Amino acid sequence: MSTGARKTVGEVVVEGVTNWRLSRDVEGLCWIDFDCVDAATNTLSSQVLIEFGRVVDALPPLAPRGLVIRSAKSNGFAAGADIREFEQMQDVDETTHRVDEVHALFARLEKLPFPTVACVHGFCLGGGLELALACRHIVAVDSVATRLGFPEVLLGIHPGFGGTVRATRFCGAIAGLELMLTGRSVSARRAAQIGLIDRAVPQRHIETAVRHFASAWQPQRQPDLKRRMAASPPLRPLVTRMLRRVVEGRAPEQHYPAPYALLELWRTHGADERAMYAAEARSIAHLLTTSTSRNLVRLFKLQERLKSQGRGAPVAPRRVHVVGAGTMGGDIAAWCALRGMQVTLEDRAAQYAAAAVKRAAVLFDRRVHDRWERQAVGDRLVVDLAGHGVAGADVIIEAIVENVAAKRELFAAIESRARPDALLASNTSSIPLEQIADALDAPARLVGIHFFNPVAQMQLVEIIASPTTDAAAVAGACAFVTAIDRLPLPVRSAPGFLVNRVLSPYLQEAMLLLEEGVAAAAIDAVAKNFGMPMGPLELADTVGLDICLHVGEILAADADGEVPAVLRQHVAAGRLGRKSGAGFYAYAKGRLAKQRDDGVKLPAAEIRDRLVLRLVNEAVACLREGVVEDADLIDVGIVFGTGFAPFRGGPLRYVDDRGVDETVARLTQLAASHGARFTPDRGWAAVADLHRRGAR
Amino acid sequence: MTVPKQTDGDTAPKPAKPKKRSAVPRPVYVVDGARTPFLKARLGPGPFRASDLAVHAGRALLARQPFAPTALDEVILGAVMSGPEEANIARVVALRLACGDQVPAWTVQRNCASGMQALDSAAQAIASGRADLVLAGGVEAMSHAPVLLSTAMVGWLGAWNAARGARERMRLVSRLRPGHFKPVIALLLGLTDPVVGLSMGQTAEIISRRYGISRADMDAYAVRSHQRLARAQSEGRLGEIVPLIADDGTVYDHDDGVRPDSSTDKLARLAPFFDREFGNVTAGNSSQITDGAALLVLASEEAVNLHGLTVRGRLRDCVWAGLDPRQMGFGPVHATAPLLARAELALEAIDYWEINEAFAGQVLACLQAFADPDYCRAELGLPGAMGTIDPERLNIDGGAIALGHPVGSSGARIVLHLLAVLEQRQAQRGIAAICIGGGQGGAMLVERP
Repeated sequence: MSTGARKTVGEVVVEGVTNWRLSRDVEGLCWIDFDCVDAATNTLSSQVLIEFGRVVDALPPLAPRGLVIRSAKSNGFAAGADIREFEQMQDVDETTHRVDEVHALFARLEKLPFPTVACVHGFCLGGGLELALACRHIVAVDSVATRLGFPEVLLGIHPGFGGTVRATRFCGAIAGLELMLTGRSVSARRAAQIGLIDRAVPQRHIETAVRHFASAWQPQRQPDLKRRMAASPPLRPLVTRMLRRVVEGRAPEQHYPAPYALLELWRTHGADERAMYAAEARSIAHLLTTSTSRNLVRLFKLQERLKSQGRGAPVAPRRVHVVGAGTMGGDIAAWCALRGMQVTLEDRAAQYAAAAVKRAAVLFDRRVHDRWERQAVGDRLVVDLAGHGVAGADVIIEAIVENVAAKRELFAAIESRARPDALLASNTSSIPLEQIADALDAPARLVGIHFFNPVAQMQLVEIIASPTTDAAAVAGACAFVTAIDRLPLPVRSAPGFLVNRVLSPYLQEAMLLLEEGVAAAAIDAVAKNFGMPMGPLELADTVGLDICLHVGEILAADADGEVPAVLRQHVAAGRLGRKSGAGFYAYAKGRLAKQRDDGVKLPAAEIRDRLVLRLVNEAVACLREGVVEDADLIDVGIVFGTGFAPFRGGPLRYVDDRGVDETVARLTQLAASHGARFTPDRGWAAVADLHRRGAR
Repeated sequence: MTVPKQTDGDTAPKPAKPKKRSAVPRPVYVVDGARTPFLKARLGPGPFRASDLAVHAGRALLARQPFAPTALDEVILGAVMSGPEEANIARVVALRLACGDQVPAWTVQRNCASGMQALDSAAQAIASGRADLVLAGGVEAMSHAPVLLSTAMVGWLGAWNAARGARERMRLVSRLRPGHFKPVIALLLGLTDPVVGLSMGQTAEIISRRYGISRADMDAYAVRSHQRLARAQSEGRLGEIVPLIADDGTVYDHDDGVRPDSSTDKLARLAPFFDREFGNVTAGNSSQITDGAALLVLASEEAVNLHGLTVRGRLRDCVWAGLDPRQMGFGPVHATAPLLARAELALEAIDYWEINEAFAGQVLACLQAFADPDYCRAELGLPGAMGTIDPERLNIDGGAIALGHPVGSSGARIVLHLLAVLEQRQAQRGIAAICIGGGQGGAMLVERP
């Protein structure tokens, strides 16, 4: 940062501090630069916090006019607490004590006898935001890069460094709780609107604004009367109940305790800040020990692992050419344009691309609110009927019909026109990559980049390597996928890859249950109670029954299984699911029509085990076959690729919790009663071994 | 503070290497071109703003070039009435086309010939050595022409803002008359000569009367224009068009003003539009109000060699002429005469012609004037008639009567299509000429390599 650099600045040395820099300028302002050593991003580890305490204690003798805290990192203010320390915090009393100490530190900051200002740019999340909130004022750069928020709930916890108290104090209960309950981040402008910060100012005025707030006492922000009302004793229980109902619709308490703990915290102590700080410390210490939090934290770290695969690529891709403007091709192209790529979308005629352009416009309108940015995003998506974009593209993605001959012909043509260093990728979900690759002069270039539908919602992207694909192509694909904010999961070229492979038996079992006379709604309800975002039959309808049949047939051919008759009947009758208005359910205007729940009654535990254990058993088979590198990737892939109950941490983690022996016994039992499809995979021995060694 | 720059990382600064001025004019090549379909203005504003049209045509055109958009030396667009939010529309378009911060862009205005002016300006820059690679053309979204407040209303609003107290306001309200609310249609103002006070249609009445061109002649010409365009469409001879897809998924892939079923009987039923009682010029035998953009890539020999471009044609020369604003429709004749003289070519040496069809009567009057020894002697100082233009070599794929006249764009479109005609017919040389409101004419000589 250059703020204050023009005025003579004197560095103040504080013993034992390496992650912060304290300085004082001629106007008498002190500046604290947050600059974590050996890291691109600032995080609040316990060491960093201890050092911060030393810096704060060094301030009073300097008697500054005011204090500014800012970040020296270009990407943002601070990302929050150091997540790597979470798993050590398994002792409630000890954690409570440590959190109390941070509360005391932030209270010291808050009570300094001169104005304090947090100067925020980029992301300011979780603990970082809580640190900023302990300053008297917050000024943030008004730009798209600035995001403020409390993502704690996504990790199964709630804010713990006084955030629950200060967010509700400054924003009022409703806006403050909403911020913490949803985990969604907000822009600088929105943050100023709800009172989270004092001002969102353009970069050109940031120094002036910071000095304005730091040089003299300015009135502190406060929610208006209407916002304060929600916290009044008579209204608090009502507001709590209202918010509770909203949360219940999204995350059941038994699986996701954090939002409920937060609401309870506010309901009980909302009028007494002291008590609320104390309760917050205890509550978060407890939440950190829940399996939900541990699983979510592990998944978060695994997500980081997936993203890190994309690092270190030689050049960042900028130009993407997509061939085939169908649902997948069109949506991939639109997503790439949204994420900043210059995109050409090829199809034979404008008519084929029209629907893709229309869907893209809806996506852009929904995601991009700034008028000029919206225009720029639209300008980046170019329909290219003649395929001119091939010649200049960094990445070329094929998403045409699933026909080997057509794909081979296309890639042979593309290879002759593409740059020699361009990444050549197929979005095929069912054709073995090697069958396409050998149409190329350089088969090693071809890699699979398998997106899921809907592209804008599904974070996971499978990166498929055939035996001939070279490592550079896989690395390039990972880098590209990371660049467009998706999670790359390298998988081996095997039928169904990972996600469709494990989903298929799960969906098949749901259809078999249906054939046995169990009501569709009853089947789906069990899955949802288990924690799936959607029941298997509704999922099949959403994916499209024709696609399910296609994938099912390929997998059945590979494993001598069979496709449920009910699926064939629906497809033959043109009932293809949501898109055709009917499938396992009826849809009115794309919405699920009301369902009756009559039919053969089976115990929920039986339905659950039949559905889930088939998926789990297949996951074990994938592990044994080495479809992905290790058990962690099985879990993260299946959670982000299928929506598998995130709080359970993935199918293999679920087995850990349930017990390997018990699971195998149950499978054996089901195999005896329902057939060989439940026979435990040979890979279970290895899983048991892993479990015993506690390697996972 | 070190907040990263928000804008899309533009390429590294180009080295400041001034181009050498050329003492001898350098040849100017057309390497490619594209246009949007011309979309007839129907009720209210069309689906694309002017910059959208130019961006759609431009990005399809640039996508197929072997050079990056940042390699352009400048962007020049002709536009008569770009929208209030698109001042210097060429710069808006250049930036939206990802040409980068460093490619300058400017907008030219010579009324109906603005698109041709842009080509001429680009050609001059290349000929003189100031530029090597220029994107040039024209754009107009006539359906988006603004509707303005009358001067009286603007004055009233000023007084209202300055008024203090209820009494003064009451007094102002009492002065408001229905006439204050009468909107001013900018489009109609633009099509009226501001010096002699005649509408463009009235100038066409003047020159067609001068040669006794009948209503039936005009209507027959209009029908032929529609038929020719319809035929060119069905035979796929309009390859310069890139389809547009609107955000609602509607595909616009052809010039939609065409009426293949047009007939002299139908046209005869229309009432004269400009001189309602005794006139001959109707909406049916005039050019249409339309939205569209046409862009060309012009290059020097150096640029052609550097980027390995294919030369499609050469812009050999261009002439601008002035004449009586009341007879602006003769502009093509006045500009063509010196163009031929400078090139030392006879009229017969021209294989194909595009004369912009502002009005059927105006094109027919031009044809008469070319062949009229008296006109050529008296108005152009020539020894005699210039010659006769064969109707089978003029506007052979229809013209503005059938596909519309987005004023800023037409001058570029006729040059682009003339090139296509020369290619398709394996011909050598053509002239694109256009009449210009205010009493001017422009003519451009195009040759194939």
